[in-house]
Amino acid sequence: MYEPVIGLEVHVELNTKSKMFCRCSADYFGKKPNTQTCPVCLGLPGSLPYINKQAIEDCMKIGLALNCEISKKSLFERKNYFYPDLAKGYQISQLRWPLCIKGWIEVDPPSHKASEGQETSRIRINRVHQEEDTGKLTHSGSETLIDFNRSSVPLVEIVTEPDFKDSSQIKDYAKKLQQIFRYLGVSDADMEKGQMRLEANISVRKVGQKQLPAYRVELKNINSFRFMVAAVEYEIKRQIEALEKGEKLVQETKGWNEDKKQTFTQRVKEEANDYRYFPEPDLPEMQFEESKIKDLESNLPELPWKKLEQFIEKYGINESSARILTEDKDLAGFFEQLVELGKKEGVLAKDIANYVVNQKIDLLNDSPQQIIDDIKAKKTNLISDDSQLEKVAKEVISENPQMVETYKKGKVTIIQALIGVVMKKTAGKADATKVKIILESLLNL
Amino acid sequence: MDLTKLSLKQTIKALEDKQFSKQELNRAYLSKIDTLNSKLNVFLEVEKNTLGIPAAIKDIIITQNIKTTAGSKILSNFLPPYNATVIGRLLEKGCSVIGKTNHDEFAMGSSGENSAYGVTKNPWNLKKVPGGSSSGSAAAVAADMCVFSLGTDTGGSIRQPASLCGVVGLKTSYGRVSRYGAIALSSSLDQIGPFTKTVEDARTILEWISGEDGLDANCHGKPFQPQKSFKNLSGIKIGVPKEYFGKGLDKGVEKVIREAIKKLEELGGEIVEVSLPHTEYAIAAYYIILPSEVSSNLAKFDGIRFGFDRSKFGAEAKRRIMLGTFTLSAGYFDDYFIKAAKVRTLIKQDFEKAFEKVDVIVGPVSPTVAWDIGEKFDDPLAMYLSDAYTIPANLAGICGLSLPCGFVEGLPVGLQILGKYWGEDTILSVGEIYEQATDWHKEKPKL
Repeated sequence: MYEPVIGLEVHVELNTKSKMFCRCSADYFGKKPNTQTCPVCLGLPGSLPYINKQAIEDCMKIGLALNCEISKKSLFERKNYFYPDLAKGYQISQLRWPLCIKGWIEVDPPSHKASEGQETSRIRINRVHQEEDTGKLTHSGSETLIDFNRSSVPLVEIVTEPDFKDSSQIKDYAKKLQQIFRYLGVSDADMEKGQMRLEANISVRKVGQKQLPAYRVELKNINSFRFMVAAVEYEIKRQIEALEKGEKLVQETKGWNEDKKQTFTQRVKEEANDYRYFPEPDLPEMQFEESKIKDLESNLPELPWKKLEQFIEKYGINESSARILTEDKDLAGFFEQLVELGKKEGVLAKDIANYVVNQKIDLLNDSPQQIIDDIKAKKTNLISDDSQLEKVAKEVISENPQMVETYKKGKVTIIQALIGVVMKKTAGKADATKVKIILESLLNL
Repeated sequence: MDLTKLSLKQTIKALEDKQFSKQELNRAYLSKIDTLNSKLNVFLEVEKNTLGIPAAIKDIIITQNIKTTAGSKILSNFLPPYNATVIGRLLEKGCSVIGKTNHDEFAMGSSGENSAYGVTKNPWNLKKVPGGSSSGSAAAVAADMCVFSLGTDTGGSIRQPASLCGVVGLKTSYGRVSRYGAIALSSSLDQIGPFTKTVEDARTILEWISGEDGLDANCHGKPFQPQKSFKNLSGIKIGVPKEYFGKGLDKGVEKVIREAIKKLEELGGEIVEVSLPHTEYAIAAYYIILPSEVSSNLAKFDGIRFGFDRSKFGAEAKRRIMLGTFTLSAGYFDDYFIKAAKVRTLIKQDFEKAFEKVDVIVGPVSPTVAWDIGEKFDDPLAMYLSDAYTIPANLAGICGLSLPCGFVEGLPVGLQILGKYWGEDTILSVGEIYEQATDWHKEKPKL
């Protein structure tokens, strides 16, 4: 019996105004190549990096949302390697002194545990650190073009411990991270735009084995949740089969071929890269006071799982609806706005939730008042239908001969009890005034 | 009147008094450059139509639309699209870049011989080296080819050529002057500073170029404000480190320096012996930290966005790239880089302790006067050792001044005055008092 050992690295581009180490705009998507550059992000001789404080704060917010410890002292380091899209010949990153360490997040349990009734499973976060993005290469024919608009855009890397046991957990983790980034407002985390990138390190070992396998396969450059899940499942199967056949697995980097539905080798590592990390001498050491960290923590926006709990407890909404409503921060906010409005008009949160979950809501164009009116109207329409009400009223009269008798004897207040039965039958949706009129006319025939 | 003999202060005064125009001033310097440059090889690039106070700039400092080579063939076609912070500030003060000066490739060297454009000659003796790496900037001031110049000092590259060429050179405290636009040699050690004809001029340039700019994250504080807190040396404690007078110091140089120290005593200073016990480890630490940073700083020279490919690096650049790549490698980082960083801390503490007892520390800048061109060229280790008295100040981040204090066999000797971190005002004041009491700075080479 084999079990997979999987760790995840997630890169997310921050949506700060300016880049990580210069004042160029960080909003590069769709811009004309090399128009948002300066000596710093082009790596021209003589230029120097300067720290974007907003990015540091955003990185710390992510760390806090993931229950990390924030380092009181943190350093940038240089990761040295050559690639044409890397302007300076090194990337300013963090290795030994990351901003945030030792966090955790609750995700869905592995499928087999879920069937045993386990509710959640904890993934340990090794680190959350700050770095910068590289330029972008475009290959056209025999030529390779470089666009440095993306060079030095702030990038946060989140590294987990190898705690994942199957692909469903990976999917849940990635979705949760995306949700966190959006709730914190630090990134749109759009995978198709490359704002959020996943890398998985996968190996398999015998169940019961404690140490990590001697190899690992790195899945890279996969730009959707779905493909990542498919690639992970494929790899787990491939690796187990190979080991069962007695084959030796090697350290390699693989991508996903969606047409063939299989992973393919991008690079086999002879030995580990030596990035010759050393402290970035151009940047001062960063120090943070306890009070500043506390401040950031207490000002964090409400995170998705808190909101989920709140929706269930406070509004009495069922969990599946609450999940849908809290998936998106803006939708959750819109829902809360509707509930407030509903309160004044006697519309229940539950009814609003049903409406929002089942209807396609256009956050930008739908007016909250209109939605509340719709919900009310729906309710009214349903129960003010005379023939339908008459049908129910007739049923109630024939099923309750004693009450009818009492009424006919002159005790007309008994009609309230009959109205109550009609209301019960219509789940409270009947128009009480109309019901009374209908009942009276039927009883006085 | 020979306008080129005037100091910066005298030049500004004369311009204010309309004794001559800026055109006449520039014409005088250009004609001097025209006469001397072929002999001395000081300028790599000369600007013909300047109208400000003529400043010569080390070619490792970025000048917009003026070719900037870093003394290397790899940048022989590099026309920068921007100005270094210091250049922008000088232009605001009415200076202009009259030319870009020769220096050791990427500021790696102590003799000027590592320049890809040939060695600069020492104006006092054309067979001798001018010192390095800011060779041309020192020689330009010595030969009156500019009013003042800028250089960079990573391990002595301002103070040592100033000493060997007989001019004033100031290495500022790390973080005093923005490095933005100085092509990096060793980022944690590099500082820009002036070469001038008088100490007073160095003070003025420091006022002009210092202060944070929001571009160099390690540069901080307001522009330097001269205090001139004392007018004579009475009550000033002058430290003399025994480690700067040991083996390797030329007897002639030692005699000149001892005389200068005596002069400081005559002027009222109290001479105190101090110890900087970790001095002997400075060169070893420096030649680990510097190449490590160099190997990374020079990685951007890949020929993709500017310049030529890496085969165009000179021998010394290649040597240090290899050294640094090795010292940062997995498995060696702790033994080399981390250990060197610890030694660096000890050297810093040496100075901190010494400065508890004294106001300044004085000694030689260079163990010898200028040597023959070619003499140490094939012996990099001997060349490295010639920076033994200047390197510690860079490792500690403190400031230092070199000023003329005598001659040995017709070649200038510089007195080094080291100050505590941010102690520029003190060393400039001590230097100025010494300068006013002596005539060494008035000596000019016969060209």
